[in-house]
This record gives sequence, C-alpha cells and structure tokens, in this order.
Amino acid sequence: MAMTDHAPRFANRADQKLWFERIPAPWWALAVVLLFLPVVANNFWLFQIMGWTFILGMIGLSLMFLAGYGGMVSLLQMTVAGMAGYMVAILGTSGTVTVSLGLAWWIVLPAAFLIAALFATVSGALAVRTEGIYTIMITLAIAAAFFYFTRQNYTIFNGYSGFNLVLPPQLFGVNWRDPVPFYYLSLALASLSYGAVVYVSRSPFGLALQGVRDNPRRMAALGFNVTAHRVAAYALASVFASAGGILLVWQNAQIAPGTIGIPAAIDVLVVAVVGGMRRPLGPFIGAFIYVMLQVFSPDILGFFGFSAERFKLIIGLGFLAVVLFSPDGVLGLWDRWRARRRQQQDQQAGGGAA
Amino acid sequence: MDDIIKRNPLRSLIIAILIAVFLWLVFAPWPPELVAKWGRKQIFLNALLGGITLGALYFLVAAGFTLIFGLMRVVNLAHGSLFLLGGYLGYEISSLTGSWFIAFPVVFLVVGLLGLLMQRFIFSKMEGEELRQTLVSIGISIVLADLMLWLWGGQSYSILAPGFLTGPMELPIINSINASTGATNWLRYPAVRIWILIAAIVIGVAMWLVLNRTALGMLIRAGVDDREMLAASGVRIQLVFLAVFGFGAGLAGMAGIIGGTFQSLSPGEDTRFLLASLVVVIVGGMGSIVGAALGSLIIGVTEQMGFVYAPTYSVVFTFLIMAAVLAFRPHGLLGVRR
Repeated sequence: MAMTDHAPRFANRADQKLWFERIPAPWWALAVVLLFLPVVANNFWLFQIMGWTFILGMIGLSLMFLAGYGGMVSLLQMTVAGMAGYMVAILGTSGTVTVSLGLAWWIVLPAAFLIAALFATVSGALAVRTEGIYTIMITLAIAAAFFYFTRQNYTIFNGYSGFNLVLPPQLFGVNWRDPVPFYYLSLALASLSYGAVVYVSRSPFGLALQGVRDNPRRMAALGFNVTAHRVAAYALASVFASAGGILLVWQNAQIAPGTIGIPAAIDVLVVAVVGGMRRPLGPFIGAFIYVMLQVFSPDILGFFGFSAERFKLIIGLGFLAVVLFSPDGVLGLWDRWRARRRQQQDQQAGGGAA
Repeated sequence: MDDIIKRNPLRSLIIAILIAVFLWLVFAPWPPELVAKWGRKQIFLNALLGGITLGALYFLVAAGFTLIFGLMRVVNLAHGSLFLLGGYLGYEISSLTGSWFIAFPVVFLVVGLLGLLMQRFIFSKMEGEELRQTLVSIGISIVLADLMLWLWGGQSYSILAPGFLTGPMELPIINSINASTGATNWLRYPAVRIWILIAAIVIGVAMWLVLNRTALGMLIRAGVDDREMLAASGVRIQLVFLAVFGFGAGLAGMAGIIGGTFQSLSPGEDTRFLLASLVVVIVGGMGSIVGAALGSLIIGVTEQMGFVYAPTYSVVFTFLIMAAVLAFRPHGLLGVRR
C-alpha cells in the first residue's frame, strides 16, 4: 500500500538558497490569495465554504497522515474529531447546563486535545493488533460503536439531541465566530497542521513510519518498534483531527451524534481519497471539491430537474469514478498530466536539438 | 474431548459449572430471591431468546460477508446495502404477490445477480488491490443507499409474516409457577422468530455440509487457503469466486426480508447490519462459517441482554467483547492466521 513517495531532495552546497527562495512561486501566490481573501469574498464564502473546507481538510489530513505515511486507512478520524468536539461541549459551556461543566477555556481546550488523543491512542492500539485491510474494519466498528453510544447515553453525551450553543471563548475581545476571525483562525490552524505534517514526514519519526508502511518486517529486524510507531502515528494524527473537530463545533455551535455518524466518517475518507492521499495537500483539495459540491449541487441538480437531495448520489458516483479511474485522487491526475506534458516538451526540445 | 478435560481440569470444571448454572437459569422456575434481584424470569428468557434469534439474523448477514472475505479477500462494505435492498425488494414483492415465501427465491436471485455483477465487472478487475476494492465497495454503498432513499423514502417499512407464523407459540420452558394453583405457565414466544432461528440453523448446517462434504466446498476451502495454488492446478477460480459472491449477496438479501419481518426497514439499517457483520466476523474470525455462527450468537445475546439490563450502555458491551477478542486473539475466536 505504498501511497506516498518523497523524491530525495539533495541540494548542492553551491545552489543552497534561502528558505523563502526554495518555496515555489505557486505557493506564494496561494498564500497571498488565502491571506487577502477576506478583502473580496463575502461572509458566506469565508465562514461556510472556506471555514468548512479547512475543517474537513484538517480531519482528512489526519487520515492522510495515517494512510499515506503509515499505511493505515483509519475510519476513526471523524470520531476522534467528534470526541474533541464533545469534550469542548461537555467540559465547557453549552446550552445544556445540566451536563456541561462550564470550565474555563484554558482547561477545556488542553483537556479536549488530551482526551481525544487518549481515545485515539487506545483505539489505535486495538486497531494495530491486526494489519492491512483489517484496520478499516476495526476502525469502522469502533466509530460505529461510539456513534451508537453517544446516541444512547444521556448522562454524559446528552443522547440524541447532543449539545447546542457551544461558542468559542471571547479571547482578546474578538468574537471568534464572526466570519473574518473564524476564517483566519481556521486558516492558521490548517496551515499549522499542514506544516506539521510536512515537517514530521521528513523527520526521523516520519521516515521510520514510512519504512514501517513499506516493510514492517525489515523495520522490526532493524530494531524499530513497529507497533509503537503505528500507535504513535494514531496519537499524532489525533491532534489534527481534534483541532478540526473543535473548530467544527464552534462553526456549527452544536454537536450531536449525527455529526460523527458513519456517513460523516465515510465523508472524511471520500475527501482524502478524492484529493489524493500521497501528499498533505490532497485532503484540502478534496475538502474544497466536496464543500463546493455540497453547497452548489442543489442549484445544479435543480437545473436538471432533479431533487436537491440527490447530492449524496453525486458524491458517491464521483467517489466511485475517482477510485476506479484515478486511485491516487485529483493530485494524481494533476501529476500525470504534468508528467505527460513534460515528456512532450522533452520530445519537442530533443527533436529541435538533434 | 477427554483429552482436553484431562489437560485443563480446572478450566473444564469452571465451564461445566457455568453451563449447569445457565441451564438451571433457563429451565428451572426461579426462586423469589432471584426474582427480587433480577426481575421476572420472563424478562430474562425473552432477552435470551431475543438475543439468540437476533444472532440468527446476524448470522445470515455475516455468513456471506465472511465467506466473501475468506475466499476473495474482498471486504465488501456494501454488504449492509445488499441486506437493506433485499428487504425493500422483499417488501415490494410480498405486498405485490401477497406471498411471503415467493419473495425469498426472487430476492435471492435478484440480489445475488447484483452481487455477481459487482464481482464480475468491478472487484475481479482489481484483484489483489484490497484497499481499492474496499473503497469501491464504500462508493457502491453510498450510491445504493441514496438510490434506496430516493425510491423508498425515509419512512420505515415492515413486512407482514404469513398467518400461520404470526402469534405466539408455547415452548417447553417453564416461565413461572402460579403460587396459589400450582399450575405451570409455559413460555410463549413469537412463532416467526422461532421459525427464523430454525431456518438459520438449517442454512448454517447446510453451508457447513456443502463446505466440508462436497467437491464445490473442497474447492472453496482450497481457495481460502491458497487461491494461487488452486488456480495453478487448473480450477477456473473466477467461477468459484462468482458463485460465492452471488451466494453471499443473495443470502444477505434474504436476511433483509427476515430483518424486515421481525424488525423494520429504514435508511440506516444498512449501516447497522454492516456494523453487526463486521463485529461478528472480527469476534468469530474472518472466513470461518462456524466462527460467524459463534460470533453472531455472542453478539446477539450480548446486545439483547444489554438492552434489557443496562439500556444506556448496551453498545459498550458489544464493543468491549470486540476489544477483548482483538486484544487476546487478534484473528478472532476461530480465525486462523494466514
């Protein structure tokens, strides 16, 4: 299940450049566009479309990290995100005063991250007891069990109705649920997560994890603790998922079992697969496509005379098409297109030189 | 058997005592102290029988799932959708023709054919790519779920059982003894559930016989063990794959009719039964029919007992059993490591 390839990038001392010179121009353009988007875009775009894209992208990123670098396709990431979100609602303030403890934000947020990480670690430790395709089944079973549990349990998770009026703290006098602050908050967290994944993938831990993915027996023979690396990957991935989950709760101002149901868990998989699981950028692209489809498909469907509810059908068919024809997602399509163009250019250039 | 008892005398004794206690709980009238503590015996018996019959339903769904996985290594996450589709089709056919029985062969053929097509045109094209097959099956389940929502809407359907199956039947199990008259109340239980249990046992035994006593079963078992070798020895393994996939899918479809008869059909049931099949085969061991039977029984009884005695935590029990099995026997109770 080799999904990620990092071409070794050895730079000669002679052409060693400054760090900002090594970042290609398209990235600078993207950064400028994202930073100045609030100047042109309206609140709906900032809050609903971009905010949701970043959130879904971060949860997808945690799946991409596990699947792409660790070779473990986990359907648990939405559940981990939901766990963090639930903890924010339970420990912090919400409309359900009988359950919520109403602690201060500086206790609630670290506790939410910690509890979600603990949950992910224990579930991960269970999931890595077996390998390969079993992982997807076990994580799906755990996700479903947690969903049914939150729906049945009223003492902790407030059952079917969940929690509403879960608002972010008024830090620095800013209402973080206003579109512009929320946009920058989610952008910052998404960029941080993205940077962290890129950094970790090149760190000794990340390289060892990719080694474990490619050949666990050889890594074990070399003295690496295969199980510990996998469990640690689950723990680390939970941080990105938790950040996404907490933002999701703040964006919707509510959380209920439906937020973390099986369809939601599968949506995260769809997002990561459609975008491409080879590189950390993939989930964000997938999330953007997903959100655009979700938001605009009613109009398009209505134009062709279908009911707006057939959105899931489009998602399912699109997902099927991607898996059948381009298993490495949209990014894979883009890579292949570029490779083909370069080949053509080489041929033309080669013909001219001869 | 003697050998096992001799080797583990203590463990055998504990198991024997547990079985004796269990049999006493089921067959003897309960003394008042026990009733005061656990509630009436009827509640216990109903939960137990409900669990066993639910386990029978789970077995019918999970047997196909585990066979398909064992032979083809395909984790068919659309299996729950096949169950629900079978249920809806069964509802339509039985209300159209007025016959409950005619629905079974028709649904078996239609859903089995759908399974055949899936195997022939999709899964066989990507043999060996387990992850991709699983992702494709997820895609199929999304599409099927939405198509079914489109056609049958969000309301829930119930399939009516034929007349002679409705109503209760008496079982030779003492429910309670009337203190004043001394008359024995025998346990009454819905007949349809008992018949479904019997049908599941018959199907399970038949599957076991086919697998272990016939030439086709020999091919399937050989394929489970080493499909490359089997293909190399001249067997047209794609035909075996098609047969197993079609049978497993058809069985899931028929289970849908049964599920629609003693529970109901609505969107979301597909994931519920997919989850049940997953847990059953994780607990019982992938690719093992006997394991699926054992897992179904354990999960069904646990779920019903949980519902009756600890309603808010019933899911947790199921999950704890799965976790315990994974922790101590990662390949399931009767699974073999390959």
